[in-house]
Amino acid sequence: MAADSEFHVLAVDDSIIDRKLIERLLKTSSFQVTTVDSGSKALEFLGLHEDDGIINTNTPSVSPNNHQWCLQEVEVNLVITDYCMPGMTGYDLLKKIKESSSLKNIPVVIMSSENVPSRISRCLEEGAEEFLLKPVRLSDLNKLRPHMLKTKIKDHQEPEKQDKEEKQQQPQSNNNNRKAMEEGISTEKIRPRLNGITAMV
Amino acid sequence: MDVVNQLRRQFVDYSTSLHREGILDDQFTQLQKLQDENSPDFVVEVASLFFEDCEKLINNMGRALEQQQGVDFKQVDASVHQLKGSSSSIGAMRVKNVCITFRSFCEAQNREGCLRCLQQVIHEFSLLKNKLQTLFRLEQQILTAGGSIPVIE
Repeated sequence: MAADSEFHVLAVDDSIIDRKLIERLLKTSSFQVTTVDSGSKALEFLGLHEDDGIINTNTPSVSPNNHQWCLQEVEVNLVITDYCMPGMTGYDLLKKIKESSSLKNIPVVIMSSENVPSRISRCLEEGAEEFLLKPVRLSDLNKLRPHMLKTKIKDHQEPEKQDKEEKQQQPQSNNNNRKAMEEGISTEKIRPRLNGITAMV
Repeated sequence: MDVVNQLRRQFVDYSTSLHREGILDDQFTQLQKLQDENSPDFVVEVASLFFEDCEKLINNMGRALEQQQGVDFKQVDASVHQLKGSSSSIGAMRVKNVCITFRSFCEAQNREGCLRCLQQVIHEFSLLKNKLQTLFRLEQQILTAGGSIPVIE
């Protein structure tokens, strides 16, 4: 058992097979996992209610809607979601998370069985940390931990309120460098992944 | 001891043939690697879910293609897309490849082509199911005889 705190990943996929697979992959990588089968259930779990926008994070108060498993104390360190889902797509879910003041710092990773460059760039531009091609491998999950660590460091070093500008000015050299690299030319961001993808295929 | 070795050799040969025939691809091997003491029945569980899912989707496709008043190709395609995803996740390569062709016929709204693909899907699925059940039986025999299942790279 690792001495440091475990990371909790929320996995979203409408396919029961893929949910089982991602759960096993994540558990094998020593993450705590919760799986849900839709974007709306994911938002519920995260404490974001679409209608009234009540956000419950880190407050031990009881949610008015009182879902049994809507635990405010449960911290989610990363959301990994399938892109193609009926109703709310993974992209829609990503947008909702990034538009929410309480959830926007949660790293989001998109999975898709289809290698569509425009889809990939759209997700990355919307703030997804990674775009993984299915079937997802254990090695793909190694990319996840850095994103979760980044958030933990940030949470400890900063007050609650922060906006994008502040993030970029942080004196956290490693994180800053990675962010700067990521926000470089978008084709740069896409090409390495596509190379990885073609190698896999 | 000899029985165990014989069974293990049988298992390796059978497994190798399934890969050689393209029935299974590397993704299946990845699933086997994820199976351990914490999740000893993982592969069988995933396979069972897949068989159930596949049957359901095949029925959906069949029903949609039978519609005399007009086939909803989008609906057929949605099922094929799901099947393609699941078969890819489990490493069922031949099923997946039929799905790829199937999707083109859906896009072209070609009912005959779709029906042919559906037949192929049914054929490949039955083949896969039989072969996997044989493989799982072999595994069980090895374990019962006190041996361990060989890891195939």
